[in-house]
Amino acid sequence: MREQFSARLRSRPALGVLLALLVLYPWFYHHVLPQSSQWIPDTSTAFVIVAFTVMGVGLNVVVGYAGLLDLGYVAFFAGGAYVAGWLASQQFGGGLHSPRTWIFGGTVPHGTLGIHFTPWLVILIAAMFAALLGVLIGIPTLRLRGDYLAIVTLGFGEIIPQFVRNGDHVGGFNLTNGSFGLTGIDGLGFGNGVHSALPFLPSNFVEQVDSTWYYWTALALLGIAIATSLLLRDSRLGRAWIAIREDEDAAAAMGVPLMRLKTLAYLIGAFFGGAAGALITFQAGATSPNAFNLQVSIFVLCMVILGGMGNVWGVALGGFVLAYVNYQGLFAAGHTFNSVTGADIDISEYSYLIYGTAIVTFMLFRPEGLLPSARRRHELHEEEELEELIEAQPV
Amino acid sequence: MASDSTARRPILALAPRFRGRANATVGICLLGLVALWLIENIAREPKQFALVFLAGITNGSIYALVALGYTIVYGILELINFAHGDVFTWGAMVTYTVAVSWIGLDGSQSGFLLFGALLLALICSAIFCASLNMAIERVAYRRLRNAPRLAPLITAIGMSFVLSNLIGVIFGFSYKSSNTLLPHGAIFNIGNQAYGWDKLIVLLITIPVLLALVWLVKATRWGKAMRATAQDRDAARLMGIDVDRAISFAFGIGGALAGVGGFVYFAYFTQARFDLGFRLGLFAFTAAVLGGIGNMAGAAFGGYMIGLIENFNNGLSWHTPGPDWTESIVFILLILILVFRPQGLLGEALSTRA
Repeated sequence: MREQFSARLRSRPALGVLLALLVLYPWFYHHVLPQSSQWIPDTSTAFVIVAFTVMGVGLNVVVGYAGLLDLGYVAFFAGGAYVAGWLASQQFGGGLHSPRTWIFGGTVPHGTLGIHFTPWLVILIAAMFAALLGVLIGIPTLRLRGDYLAIVTLGFGEIIPQFVRNGDHVGGFNLTNGSFGLTGIDGLGFGNGVHSALPFLPSNFVEQVDSTWYYWTALALLGIAIATSLLLRDSRLGRAWIAIREDEDAAAAMGVPLMRLKTLAYLIGAFFGGAAGALITFQAGATSPNAFNLQVSIFVLCMVILGGMGNVWGVALGGFVLAYVNYQGLFAAGHTFNSVTGADIDISEYSYLIYGTAIVTFMLFRPEGLLPSARRRHELHEEEELEELIEAQPV
Repeated sequence: MASDSTARRPILALAPRFRGRANATVGICLLGLVALWLIENIAREPKQFALVFLAGITNGSIYALVALGYTIVYGILELINFAHGDVFTWGAMVTYTVAVSWIGLDGSQSGFLLFGALLLALICSAIFCASLNMAIERVAYRRLRNAPRLAPLITAIGMSFVLSNLIGVIFGFSYKSSNTLLPHGAIFNIGNQAYGWDKLIVLLITIPVLLALVWLVKATRWGKAMRATAQDRDAARLMGIDVDRAISFAFGIGGALAGVGGFVYFAYFTQARFDLGFRLGLFAFTAAVLGGIGNMAGAAFGGYMIGLIENFNNGLSWHTPGPDWTESIVFILLILILVFRPQGLLGEALSTRA
């Protein structure tokens, strides 16, 4: 497998250059790029861009590969975020009267209240929890037809944040801290033990001057997500998903176990949603139910559509573009517009109008996205190609 | 199609002989629990129950109007017109513009002036929303009529964002509100709380509109063309029906109903915001599914059911989850219905055309 990957890297020098550029971005940011420019994202914005792209790549497995429209992807984001909060904060510390402390190699000082696992493990647990959530949501709903499934997932995407918001008195137990959310979540880091052995690995990323290490972590996660997606696409499993996407009945007739494979697609998509959610929560240090709404699901879905459903590189590109626009470009454009024209508009008010228009425009005129997968393009233009074929037939 | 038969397979792979019975037993048990809960609540606070019931019927009217728009469009195109809830919000905003901004209703008017102004707002709202819905169909859905099933649905979601955020950009993202528009005088009292004219007026507007809709669909040539198109598009075309116009007509009717709904909502609650249609649209969609999507009587029935459920949950007190959980309850209901009884409560067989 590894040989394949390195061979692929060698056969595509552009990919290697791109990878190097991405890894070295913090250095460019500090030494080459004009930091005062509004158009240049700083390392923490770059981190958020990459982390959201991970979600886009994860959702691509569900929407792009298996053809299941999921409008509730934010539920997995929320699941990952809250697991990170539960397992690495003072939420369950019990307060002054009944202090409780469980430290399992977290980045916090000895004696800190609450549960503190090693954050790396927490990310894995969060991803697995989200995957479990995906299976639990999937088992009853994945039998439904495509459009019903979309609505049901949307329902789950609304129910889970509402549960989180109301979960501050589950049988008298404060599980989620209600609408305030969880705060004081540990930072990511290698811990003091590793740091003293290998001094270049920081014990806690929060103590660093900027988010470079978070950015690298997100980049690594994105690499894992992309590699997983590529390996899956070329596997038996990936081909079965594509068969399901193209014609469910034909796939079932060929012996593809629909339910099991659809659930698997859900599981993998949810896994990366949960991992990215945990990572974002570690960097932000807090999480609250207000962060989880339909807009996030649609935003991530937009990445998949814009980039090209089914094509991992396209989705990664779409994710970078859209997240950059959302977290940096739009504000910069608004600021520039205001300073040039002397107007005073708040461009962020227009963002979802712009995304909505982008979705409609793309679906109407270029449903295959910026970088289409060849197969998907044929599928989406099946009707036209058929017509051309019929017209080409001699009468 | 097989996808449809799989959709109805129950979760637990019990032997066929038992599984129908098991589903039925679980369903009857659940209904029994709900009935018990209702009876206990009636016994404890009969007056409160009556008030909540009447309020639920009023809210339900609005859900019914919007749910019909979903069901009509679904019946003809098998498309969940996601943007429908936002067309409804536009109706509320047009009502605000006409009644409050232009005419300047501020609660001090009465009699003929009030009636005329409200009627004008109602007509403007209905016409505007009908045109809007037809325009959406023309621009966004017609090109995709033969595309893979998910393409128009994704477009509809995009359209929903466009419509709601356009309201935000034009009218602002905060609530638009007015003084009371409908007369609030009490018709009768239950305990120390009044049943006001405003609630009755909502019903007096909704019920004739629903009857007019039945007439339009059952008795006119346009309605007949629409029903024929819904049954079999190709056969309808062969019979000389202009399918595009029939579909456009369906969207027009759906839009007009949403416009009436938007008017009623704004006149009754006197406030509206850009994202109003999201939650309300989902509730109305749940109503349509509850009654059996594609089934018009079912949509109206479902609308009243959702209105009642919402108000029972908000207003009753014995073992009631309360308003924090309304959305979850409605969505869980939606999921349960879709999973266990996709043909809805009124039981019209689901169309199998994909």
